Amino acid sequence: MAGQTDMELIKNGIRMDGRKPDELREIKIVAGVLDNADGSCYLEWGNNKVYAGVFGPMECHPRHKQKADRAIVQARYTMAPFSVNDRKRPGLDRRSTEISYIVSQAFEKVVMVEQFPKASIRVDMQVVEAHAGTRCAAMTAASVALADAGIPMRDMIPSCAAGKVNGVVVLDLNKEEDNYGQADLPLAIIPSTGEVVLLQLDGHLTPDEFELAMDLATRGCMELYEKMRHALENSYGGKK
Amino acid sequence: MSNDSVSNLMKGHMESLAKEGKRADGRGINEFRKVTIETGMINTAEGSSMVHLGKTKVLCGIKMLIGTPYGDSPGSGTMTTSTELAPLADQSFDPGPPREKSIELSRVVDRGIRESRMIDFDGLCIKHGEKVWMVYIDLHILDNNGNLFDCCTLAAAAALSNTTIPNVQHGVADKDVKLPINCWPISCTFGKLGDTVILDATSDEEGVMTARFTVAHDENGNLRAAQKGMNGAFTDAEIREAVKTARASDNVLREALKGIQG
Repeated sequence: MAGQTDMELIKNGIRMDGRKPDELREIKIVAGVLDNADGSCYLEWGNNKVYAGVFGPMECHPRHKQKADRAIVQARYTMAPFSVNDRKRPGLDRRSTEISYIVSQAFEKVVMVEQFPKASIRVDMQVVEAHAGTRCAAMTAASVALADAGIPMRDMIPSCAAGKVNGVVVLDLNKEEDNYGQADLPLAIIPSTGEVVLLQLDGHLTPDEFELAMDLATRGCMELYEKMRHALENSYGGKK
Repeated sequence: MSNDSVSNLMKGHMESLAKEGKRADGRGINEFRKVTIETGMINTAEGSSMVHLGKTKVLCGIKMLIGTPYGDSPGSGTMTTSTELAPLADQSFDPGPPREKSIELSRVVDRGIRESRMIDFDGLCIKHGEKVWMVYIDLHILDNNGNLFDCCTLAAAAALSNTTIPNVQHGVADKDVKLPINCWPISCTFGKLGDTVILDATSDEEGVMTARFTVAHDENGNLRAAQKGMNGAFTDAEIREAVKTARASDNVLREALKGIQG
């Protein structure tokens, strides 16, 4: 968060990309796009483009990571070198490693891991074009891919961020807002229970702004949840 | 890259089919699967392409940055090819740093593009000995169903043909221009299945075959790069025959590539 900027990111309640403060970018979700993966999803969120693929449950490698009484979720988040303006070095950096780790833990809450002792469920998220909010996009895609793979889950996890730009709390930051805004709060919830499984924050929020950001992000997650369900219904020929 | 778990039954089946000039998916032994190419889907890349070869899917992005030239070629731009065998593409792909098979794949694709002089490296010089364009070819495998070599070479060629040099962004000139393309390399990869040589193997066939041979030609029918892989062997006659077959069979891919040049 750069925080201090003269840049006018919001004017008369309308953001640079024409959205209202509580509006999501356009989202397109397609389930079952890959052939080899047990479940997969392609997601476009604004200009973000993400693929997610799931394998498993399968024998967990390396063995020392096996849990005798449950499965583990091995999530992996990576960004393609061409997904950003300056070429990103391929592979896992510290940021991707952290995101992979917290996303794995979030999914272990909803996946019925107790049904598959010693197994591993592999979730691979590939960001091929990045314009802020990729961890939320990747996690949402991964949820749909897990459902597409038929992995028993208590619920899917939609994930969406709220933030602050020019002192206004807004939903789903775009690239400029992320770069020059004052706060970013990615959130992931279990819609059926309202429980929070992922929350990060960087920047500066007053207690009141935090409350508002939580409300907005939660609402964004619920809106997203509908879109996720539609994607699955479309892919399985359910109600359109 | 190969599927290790093909059963003996399947192995016998595929080998006996190949003997009769047939394939498990109904193709002839020297026939490519259906190929489709799209370009320009990634806005953050200078050029991009998505190639489907049968059920194999590869996404390629080109980035161009400014850097210093190598000491032995002060007037030439540089090129780097990397492949990401994303774990979502195949159950057998391990997460982690590039392994041998990924590096071999990158280098074979790199040679086909580089040695064909598809890109004019001297034309990528900005200031002799100081500033040149560095071209990064990044290949993202999204679905591995065999023959990544040809699919990746095709994706790289398609993405390069779709590349714009970002002169304005880097303050080099006041106009962005298309990356000039000199020629069109196409690679053809063969596999040895029992005693038969087949073109464009699927993952199942790769799991059974004992040797692999890749050859890249330019559009004039001249050889530009080749590689023999895996622990089996080809006879001298098989190699010579494969090179001829490649020239006769690569039209399908050439046509697909021409289709995107508009």
